[in-house]
Amino acid sequence: MALSLDEVRRIAHLARIEITPAEAADVRAKLESIFELIGRMRAVDTTGIVPMSHAQDLVLPLREDRVTETDRHASYQQVAPAVEDGLYLVPKVIE
Amino acid sequence: MSPPMITAPLTELSQALAAKRLSSVELIEGLLARIDRGNGRLNAFLTIDRERALGAARLADVQRSRGTAGPLTGIPIAHKDVIMTEGLKTTCGSRMLEKFIAPYSAFVVEQLAAAGMVLVGKTNMDEFAMGSSNENSFFGPVRNPWNADFVAGGSSGGSAAAIAARFVPAATGTDTGGSIRQPAALSGVCGIKPTYGVCSRYGLVAFASSLDTPGVFGQTAADCAMLLTAMAGHDARDSTSLDRPREDYARDIDAAVTSKPLAGLRIGLPREYAGEGTDVAVARAIETALAEFRRLGAVTVDVSLPNVHLSVPVYYVIAPAEASSNLSRFDGVRYGHRAASYSDLDDMYCKTRAEGFGAEVKRRILVGTYVLSHGYYDAYYLKAQQVRRLIADDFRRAYDSCDLIIGPTSPTAAFRLGEKSDDPVKMYLNDIFTIAGNLTGAPAMSIPCGFDERGLPIGLQIQGDHFAEAKILNAAHRYQQVTDWHRRIPTEFAP
Amino acid sequence: MTWEVVIGLETHAQLSTASKIFSGASTAFGATPNTQASAVDIALPGVLPVLNRGAVERAIRFGLAVGAAINRKSVFARKNYFYPDLPKGYQISQYEIPVVQGGSVAIVSPTRGEIRIALTRAHLEEDAGKSLHERIASPGTPGHEMTGIDLNRAGMPLLEIVSEPDMRSAAEAVVYAKALHALVRWIGICDGNMQEGSFRFDANVSVRRQGEAKLGTRCEIKNLNSFRFLQQAIEFEVRRQTELIEDGGKVVQETRLYDPDRGETRSMRSKEDAQDYRYFPDPDLPPLSIDEAWIERIRADMPELPEAMRTRLVREYALPGAEAAMLVSQREMAGYFERLVAAGVDPRLAGNWLLGEVSAALNKAEIDIVQAPVSSASLAGMLRRIADGTISGKLAKQVFEAMWAGEGDADAIIAARGLRQISDAGAIEQIVADVLAANAAIVAEYKAGKEKAFQSLVGKAMAATRGKANPIEVNAALKKMLG
Repeated sequence: MALSLDEVRRIAHLARIEITPAEAADVRAKLESIFELIGRMRAVDTTGIVPMSHAQDLVLPLREDRVTETDRHASYQQVAPAVEDGLYLVPKVIE
Repeated sequence: MSPPMITAPLTELSQALAAKRLSSVELIEGLLARIDRGNGRLNAFLTIDRERALGAARLADVQRSRGTAGPLTGIPIAHKDVIMTEGLKTTCGSRMLEKFIAPYSAFVVEQLAAAGMVLVGKTNMDEFAMGSSNENSFFGPVRNPWNADFVAGGSSGGSAAAIAARFVPAATGTDTGGSIRQPAALSGVCGIKPTYGVCSRYGLVAFASSLDTPGVFGQTAADCAMLLTAMAGHDARDSTSLDRPREDYARDIDAAVTSKPLAGLRIGLPREYAGEGTDVAVARAIETALAEFRRLGAVTVDVSLPNVHLSVPVYYVIAPAEASSNLSRFDGVRYGHRAASYSDLDDMYCKTRAEGFGAEVKRRILVGTYVLSHGYYDAYYLKAQQVRRLIADDFRRAYDSCDLIIGPTSPTAAFRLGEKSDDPVKMYLNDIFTIAGNLTGAPAMSIPCGFDERGLPIGLQIQGDHFAEAKILNAAHRYQQVTDWHRRIPTEFAP
Repeated sequence: MTWEVVIGLETHAQLSTASKIFSGASTAFGATPNTQASAVDIALPGVLPVLNRGAVERAIRFGLAVGAAINRKSVFARKNYFYPDLPKGYQISQYEIPVVQGGSVAIVSPTRGEIRIALTRAHLEEDAGKSLHERIASPGTPGHEMTGIDLNRAGMPLLEIVSEPDMRSAAEAVVYAKALHALVRWIGICDGNMQEGSFRFDANVSVRRQGEAKLGTRCEIKNLNSFRFLQQAIEFEVRRQTELIEDGGKVVQETRLYDPDRGETRSMRSKEDAQDYRYFPDPDLPPLSIDEAWIERIRADMPELPEAMRTRLVREYALPGAEAAMLVSQREMAGYFERLVAAGVDPRLAGNWLLGEVSAALNKAEIDIVQAPVSSASLAGMLRRIADGTISGKLAKQVFEAMWAGEGDADAIIAARGLRQISDAGAIEQIVADVLAANAAIVAEYKAGKEKAFQSLVGKAMAATRGKANPIEVNAALKKMLG
């Protein structure tokens, strides 16, 4: 299937990954070959087949409603790129 | 203490430690020396924690003197760097987590630590577990211990190489499309992927949630059985973790031997496996191995898996789709890499992720984003999950007439570094025999069964139905009692 | 040209569980930033969601309360988008198969009488964190404004309740919103604290010409957290849309925010043309299975619902419908009422006092009935003294005020202030005789035909006794003595 450069850019933005114009052409070519591989499965007749999202028919286990976590923010924020007063800092978005 | 001892398989080390022929400190020091000498060449390890390892080894020796040691106490283990180990760097082979220190440990790490194993270090891998050659690591490729110009396989290449080079007797890995079995085959060691849900995924950095399975590498099937037994178990922190009674995966191995230990075992040979680009040397090695299985009492039967050829396309829809979502958390906000300069929030995201992820990871995220996007979900993702069920049904039917399915793990032995790295699809086809096991969630293992004309290992894959691990391990073990492929060591790393 | 307004509301109710929907972190309000954000809530690599039974119970309770279907199997799905207050880069929600399907809420519309607002569905999902837009001095590029992210709220359990576009006016929407608010508090699934963000609305508003079958293009106004703002925002939006169309323009489908300072809605800067959320079933969570036994256990534990109670109050106590409706607007109010009646107070007297004096006192003190300083037992005691004639209805108000101020129980206050009603016939006659003697002029006016003079004399008698004379007795005595 043919993938336009515009589509590549749209998908890249949805995924928040910057693709330079130089990269875009190479990415597009590689993606096209992957989609050609994927395309092989589309021809199969799957009418009435229930999609399989899990390996087994699992039951969702439920947790009792109890507080079990303690405050570990000091340890978790040691790996944070930018923190101030316990808040994670990011560039502000103007609504 | 004689050098060969420390490169012995896990089961033998366990006995040696129990008999006090060897101390844990001696074992760890000896292996750390081997790693120091050889890791520079192979790049199997990304992180070694000498102090922690020796400290744990001393503790293990104390426990042994007190009589409170277990069969795995004091034995070194390496963890694939996609698995969280508290206090140690956990990089997933990526620039995104280059300096990330894990704030907690995974369930499988906790289990093996509770069994007394000594954490030695973290092994190299394809970035975020995406790859079949371990050439996708930000920290450089892993080289095959049998020939350093060749790949070790991936994504758990570091763990496989570490076993092959006898750096450690035990290592963990994760298998999403073959990432334990394929490097095991290419590096000439044993690797098992258990049934999905048998080992908790808590603490595994997620690649494809419905396919990711933690597993182990060892020199022998008996080693793998011992490790799997300790590592498996229910974990309430993973909603897909199975709540079943614990199993002793070595129970069949430990059972009494008869002259025909595999009598009654039906081995299925899928007719669809023939061809598929399989190397002549590989096909021949499999045939030779099958003859051994027959001599052990097994019978082979033809089975058919009509949709198995669709495994790879199905996988390359489902895995990237789940990955594209799982990797969204890497955004530079709470941990990991953040771009140094950016104009606004969006730009920060885009630059952070472009800088942090390698090319293959980016490609798969893009594929995954596309197949989930509006207008394409039904045609791709939903379709793939339907074909997945067709493939699973094929296997279920096959197991009506056989107990195990045997064939090559990989169509070829290891290839040269750089040979396939420019063509993603060519690389994807390495997984043609392993992927179905992840789609169905059924257990499978790879064991060495020969070498090709270049002296590179060939792997045999044994697959079973859900929860057939003990059966698989036993079949592998009986084969290993009458062959010695698993005992071979690359010349360069001979003790 | 007459316009018809079509409104649907999406309500996010924060469920009153102790821990979060997918993690064991606390849900307590007001904690220091990021001290209630566990590894799962901040989306560390390798962590996984585990569903809170309490959240599911509350969803089932809601479904039963609105007469909806409870799906025996429902599916959690990932809604993918990037925002700093969404740590995973996706929200775990429910998409194609929610836990609750259908249902309806009865309201009394200001224009259309008793109607039912249909619900499309209600589903479970997790809340996002909070962005704190204060200027934070931080090292780095000068002039670059930063936002602080607090993830305490990330992972709070939400029930998203979606109504059909059944409302036809802002006022009607507010009545529905209030009824829903009262209901979730009544059945104990949400504290409804709108200042704390426990209950918020998105309003979908469109207009069409009267009689037109096709729906107009709608706009979504997000994050309204008070009934007042809800009303104002919808009213503004209706004006905006109708003016736009009347001027020849077209309404563009978009998301808008209400600015209460300016009193207007404005378009959110669109991040992209249309958000592509790439929903797919969450592979970390198998489908949620709810069996009959669980539903029946919850059904058995359900309290009498406000609607049923309203009907019963009217039937059993002959209360006016509007009064009964007000009594059931809050479960604690209805409980207070029932306790008064159980203590022997006449239901209509009880209703009058609760909705009158007690409500006024609560409003003045800005407190809720659960914080009332006068218990139902105490109030019942006081009301009994009216019934048995110890005090007059008028003086009772004084007694009540004193009780409210903490001066003691009714009997103590009556004694301390000497408020006992004078009912003794002899005493009354004496008082009346004294009044007649002291007010000859007014007596003359009365005898001359001025009816109002009678009331003056009653007033004089009451004043002379400082309100303690039993007015009925005074009336009777006056009539007798004036002839």
